[in-house]
Amino acid sequence: MASSSSYNCPCAACKFLRRKCMPGCIFAPYFPPEEPQKFANVHKIFGASNVTKLLNELLPHQREDAVNSLAYEAEARVRDPVYGCVGAISFLQRQVHRLQKELEAANADLIRYACNEVPTALPAPPGASSIESMAPRQRPVEYNRRMGNEGGYYQAPGMPMPYNLPWNDNPSGDTDGGGGNM
Amino acid sequence: MRNHEPRASSSCAACKLLKRRCTPSCIFAPYFRSDEPKKFAKVHKVFGASNVSKILNEVPEEQRDETVNSLAYEAEARLRDPVYGCIGAIALLQRRMVELQVDLAIARARLARYSASSPPILNDHGSMIPTLAELPACGGFADCFSQISSDTMNDLSQFPYIF
Repeated sequence: MASSSSYNCPCAACKFLRRKCMPGCIFAPYFPPEEPQKFANVHKIFGASNVTKLLNELLPHQREDAVNSLAYEAEARVRDPVYGCVGAISFLQRQVHRLQKELEAANADLIRYACNEVPTALPAPPGASSIESMAPRQRPVEYNRRMGNEGGYYQAPGMPMPYNLPWNDNPSGDTDGGGGNM
Repeated sequence: MRNHEPRASSSCAACKLLKRRCTPSCIFAPYFRSDEPKKFAKVHKVFGASNVSKILNEVPEEQRDETVNSLAYEAEARLRDPVYGCIGAIALLQRRMVELQVDLAIARARLARYSASSPPILNDHGSMIPTLAELPACGGFADCFSQISSDTMNDLSQFPYIF
């Protein structure tokens, strides 16, 4: 008596590729038949062969996250063929940069208040000696305390900035702000 | 004497890798110069030449340069981190952004205490300083990935600066 329940339900990949979904199909655990668009996007951007090679290079416990990240990137690229998810990275970098500047300004004001000065538009004084003499609760919030690298903002050492995106905060073509969300 | 005609201009990096003749209408030639073989090699390995060609054909010609650059960036990220690729950078930046928002809220709250006699400090939207409860929760995106580690989440230096 035939008893294989997995045989009856091809995964989304095998459905898309119109082939028999065999036991041990590398796609089956990650592309369920009820999510056809997920594989369709991944196939369109990366191709089934490249995905197979990638998954075969990974340990089994890593494959689910790999497929999910590929699916995310593929969907982003389908929505924005020019920038894909790189658009989101650029948007987030700008937000991080803006927040760091605002935090620097707030910390500079805190220093001035601690020194009984009214905040002005002047830049923050150099050095940290005035900070260290303050009581802990008066010290500026250390925005880089959680960072593993210096300075609180990353630049890959030894790697030149690859290119400047003519950032417009939106997927290709628009110029209004507020883009980059998936 | 036979005249030796000069060879045609050298093949682009794509046609060199694909071992085919680089025609004047080659879609890859403007963006994958022969002196940058690794750029196409990486893009080819991750996306495949056929898929890249289809993507380029879908976008207007004036946007193809940016398209190729973003594909190269993604390919590089994926080769460095085969599990998360660019998504690692997104998760890291989102977490970083939330941390900064929290720190900024704390700093502004402290400023408000100092300037209690002054008009209240308003944020860019003209509203009061948000409380910590109003800030977006950390995680979120990263919660979708079971194995993304704290090491991945702290090393921004591995992602080149696009800004």
